[in-house]
Amino acid sequence: MQAVTVENITKKYGKQGIIAVDQVSFSADRGELFGLIGPDGAGKTSLFRILTTLLLPDGGRAVVDGLDVVKDFKAIRNRIGYMPGRFSLYQDLTVEENLQFFATIFGTTIQANYDLIRDIYVQIEPFKNRRAGKLSGGMKQKLALCCALIHKPVMLFLDEPTTGVDAVSRREFWEMLKRLKTQGITILVSTPYMDEATRCDRIALIQTGRIMSVDTPRHMTDAYPEKLYAIKSEKTAALTRDLRLYDDTLSCYAFGEYLHVSFKKEMESIRPSLMEFLQSHGHEKIEISETQPTIEDCFIRLMNKGNEVSA
Amino acid sequence: MNKPVIQTKDLTKQFGDFTAVNKISFEVQSGEIFGFLGANGAGKTTAMRMLCGLSIPTSGTATIAGFDVYRQTELIKKNIGYMSQKFSLYEDLTVKENIRFYGGIYGLSGRHLKEKSEALIAQLGLKEQQDKLVSDLPLGWKQKLAFSVSVIHEPGIVFLDEPTGGVDPVTRRQFWDLIYDAAARGITVFVTTHYMDEAEYCDRISMMVDGYIKALDTPANLKKQFAAGSMDEVFVALARGAKRGNE
Repeated sequence: MQAVTVENITKKYGKQGIIAVDQVSFSADRGELFGLIGPDGAGKTSLFRILTTLLLPDGGRAVVDGLDVVKDFKAIRNRIGYMPGRFSLYQDLTVEENLQFFATIFGTTIQANYDLIRDIYVQIEPFKNRRAGKLSGGMKQKLALCCALIHKPVMLFLDEPTTGVDAVSRREFWEMLKRLKTQGITILVSTPYMDEATRCDRIALIQTGRIMSVDTPRHMTDAYPEKLYAIKSEKTAALTRDLRLYDDTLSCYAFGEYLHVSFKKEMESIRPSLMEFLQSHGHEKIEISETQPTIEDCFIRLMNKGNEVSA
Repeated sequence: MNKPVIQTKDLTKQFGDFTAVNKISFEVQSGEIFGFLGANGAGKTTAMRMLCGLSIPTSGTATIAGFDVYRQTELIKKNIGYMSQKFSLYEDLTVKENIRFYGGIYGLSGRHLKEKSEALIAQLGLKEQQDKLVSDLPLGWKQKLAFSVSVIHEPGIVFLDEPTGGVDPVTRRQFWDLIYDAAARGITVFVTTHYMDEAEYCDRISMMVDGYIKALDTPANLKKQFAAGSMDEVFVALARGAKRGNE
């Protein structure tokens, strides 16, 4: 059985009817770690708020744990845990008081479900008498996760849990999610960091309210249609400009210390003319090697394709 | 030889018995793109506030564009640009009004401001959106506009605090094109980011851990020094030992 089914969900805002979510459909299986990957303004939060019964959709339907998000909202609220993007615990309650509060409103106790949160809670337990408002970013995030878990939900909704968090804390957070997954909890998580996509079982790439692609990260990168090359010379900025002017270039953009470039023809057939072109533009120490596309490459490709269609 | 645009020696900030920034010393050259990295709680924001003339250091020395961080904070503010992810533009003013407002704040006026404003709108391709409220612009456009506004007075240096957070991958790269343009015009860029691929776009990187600068070099040299394949690995190697973020 599917944990979440979303069918043609649409959400509009304001008098002008700005479309935040545009006929989105996808489903997540039980026990799956499912990622919604996209930038700010893509519609991730609206979608989360609809699935957690906090916002009514303008069209379509969605089912969470077999229950309809509009008709059965009360039953859904008891079965899910939700961690909003903005820190939403009580700043003037202590760590322990917050946890106790959330346990109580869900009619349970910390002791009853302690097993589920133990791994995470032990890291903040030394500060259990500190007010939540006085915690560091990483600690707040851990406490918020504990509070979302304390009633033993069948499903977790985590809206950008790693935004603004440094690379080390981000890694730790994904390790925690991996451990939770082994306990059978279905997790729907959103992130603007493309490199986190590979941590998920399946992902949906979302941009301006539309889902561009849904698949496993592996399938998505394997299906990248062109060969992708990592290219570098001593002058990166000039290299970008020059490669974009080269006749057989399909796309070219910066990617860390290299440029990622795809071509209209096979590399073997154009290599001599490409090298000549670059040398004539004054580039030295040119490195060209084939590289494995990442989710970010897939995202950029789909975005550019979308822009061409709309233009 | 050019004088460094930023020069600090043993710069320190204490809050009570907590040393947020501990004797940091470094120099940034004119036109350089300098990446200022560190884990959460490492002291980046406190250091940046001192460099912008917003917070008086406890000890040590620093000059920004030749001005002293103790005595000449108002002159520093006039000679730098600043933008962050959290605070950039006024949402309830139009594109044009924001440019006029910030241009005025940074001391431009009259025909000069009008010309600058028109050039900027043309450069960003915002002609049709110029009378729209900033709140109606997509985030990526807002951030590009905010950056252009922060350098409207052609400052010696611009401070960018996580300017591309949450921005889509295509716009993020366009944003960096703007950064390169500014640096080519001689504007020094001081930037923080959580995207490790962006660390590669900087000329040099400093890494703060628990109030100290633990490493400072070009991305290529840092990777060599830590035998790492990417800046992400360098960051993790350095920040793993951090104590502060977890308190």
